[in-house]
Amino acid sequence: MGRYLLRRLLQTIPILFGVSIIVFVIIHSAPGDPYAYLFGPRIDPTLRARLMEEMGFNDPIPVQYVRWLKTTLSGNLGYSIRTQEPVINMLAQAIPRTLLLTGSSFLFGLAIAIPIGVISATRQYSLIDYAATTFAFMGISLPSFFAALLAIYFFAVKLPIFPMNGIHTPGGGGFWDVLHHLILPAVTLGLRDMASYARFTRSSMLEVLRQDYVRTARAKGLAERLVIYKHAFRNSLIPVITLFGFSLPALFGGAVIIEQVFTFPGMGLLTFEAVNNRDYSVLMATNLFFALLVILGNLLADILYAIADPRIRYA
Amino acid sequence: MALTHPKPNPNQPQFDGLVPHETSYARMVLRRFVRNRAAMIGAAILLILILVSLFAPVITQATLGWGRDEIDIRYIRAAPSARHPLGTDSAGRDNLTRLLYGGRVSLAIALGSVVVYMTLGILVGSVAGYFGGWVDNVLMRLVDVIQSFPFLMFALTIVAIRGPSVSNLVFAIVFLSWPVPARLVRGEFLSLRERDFIEAARAAGVGPFRMVLRHLLPNAMAPLIVNATLEVAGIILAEAGLSYLGFGVSQPVPTWGNMLSEANNMAVLQTKPWTWLPPGLMIFLTVLSINFIGDGLRDALDPRLKQ
Repeated sequence: MGRYLLRRLLQTIPILFGVSIIVFVIIHSAPGDPYAYLFGPRIDPTLRARLMEEMGFNDPIPVQYVRWLKTTLSGNLGYSIRTQEPVINMLAQAIPRTLLLTGSSFLFGLAIAIPIGVISATRQYSLIDYAATTFAFMGISLPSFFAALLAIYFFAVKLPIFPMNGIHTPGGGGFWDVLHHLILPAVTLGLRDMASYARFTRSSMLEVLRQDYVRTARAKGLAERLVIYKHAFRNSLIPVITLFGFSLPALFGGAVIIEQVFTFPGMGLLTFEAVNNRDYSVLMATNLFFALLVILGNLLADILYAIADPRIRYA
Repeated sequence: MALTHPKPNPNQPQFDGLVPHETSYARMVLRRFVRNRAAMIGAAILLILILVSLFAPVITQATLGWGRDEIDIRYIRAAPSARHPLGTDSAGRDNLTRLLYGGRVSLAIALGSVVVYMTLGILVGSVAGYFGGWVDNVLMRLVDVIQSFPFLMFALTIVAIRGPSVSNLVFAIVFLSWPVPARLVRGEFLSLRERDFIEAARAAGVGPFRMVLRHLLPNAMAPLIVNATLEVAGIILAEAGLSYLGFGVSQPVPTWGNMLSEANNMAVLQTKPWTWLPPGLMIFLTVLSINFIGDGLRDALDPRLKQ
């Protein structure tokens, strides 16, 4: 396991390398420059040309890439062109917020999805099962930002029990205050995961209930509760773990839109602003961060898989 | 023993797929699909949506009489009335008219980019799976890299940097989507390569093109069709999200996504739900019906996968 982990971690290095090259080329080969966005069209053309030259934007892209790589590897992520703030500080502020948002929406989705999946599998073709299946289809089909708008309209405007946006009230920021602000974005972001995990748990549970060892457990007279929750349920979770790796990119991608709808100041909003301002160093950092998160998420899914299923051995 | 062909007995119960003249795979698939009520409802709704989108100019001219971008200057952000059944947007354009036009671009982008990325993915997957070796290794590492991008995040970066336009949107979608069919095809090829019928074909001197097209690809079709269908839904959602953020299809061309961005205005969001509710519901309805179709197709193409 240790050697496997080490190998997998080493494998992420070339992947991150590839990601950085692709993002860098796409960002830097586009027309337009950050100063045009920063100062508008009225900037003195000679000043702009001098800035471009001084910052090295006129060098060939491979040269610029190598320079970026050198400074990044030395631990310097650069500075925001717009605010002059070190990118690392901006990330340090935004990353915990986005992890808080995506983490809580994932846990929320899971907490509802798994019971729904188990119940509808144990009562296949019952009214509950049909209701759950319909609900799952609707959850997968509802665009998260539309869900967010609906949530704001109904639970912040018509029935003002939740705040419309932000991460805490100005001047506030206590635990309950943040939680209060977190509920609408986390629920609307988690809706899609909730639906797909419910469907997946159901089908995985149905598969397990058909197995011989479940029949054996029933045959030796175990209570149905014990059969379902001790023997079947735990085994049905194994394939659900694989979904974890797959659903991560969608979860983080969804956060980009949800953060914008709720003006929730995390990585998504940071990216959105960086994109609007052509803030190249911020864009590089956020894109790489998300890629790293996806890679590590997949690795985590594989490790969890090995823990849950002792038949799987990584060497 | 002389075998005479038995006369079909009209009273004899017929078992699916067991009677010789009914074993055509395509017919079996169609039959199973048609029997799936949810999938058929989805197909009907999608057909209606496609027809409405295709004939949007005719329909709107015949009923409301407003042009797609026509501005009714005295009716800006108007409430629903006989003149504007769903009110008007912030530029004074008729919401219902734009709603009917809105599906055109969304559906065209989704269907168009699916065709392009599927072709590209199948091509790459075939090359990797057929030749194997270092070719496979290089292509699959590229797949690993591209699959590490969260879709929306990177699509947003590409479209925003290159400029919001339909072609850049399609480029972003294709660029990020081809690894899935490539992986599917490659995996299928690798498992098929060891099978006897492929061995036999190779012994018979079948060349690479014919091998891929006639013997390998048809066996990989089922998961590809399901992926393509479900991905149409995914692309519609992505296009809507990007257009909502202002980085998809830009005004004045209406899509359901950019019509929803009217809700970015707090006053509109709070007091004029008739402006942003209908386009959101249209996206929901479209994606829901495509998901039903995709699910029905999965069950019909491969009953073993049926849960």
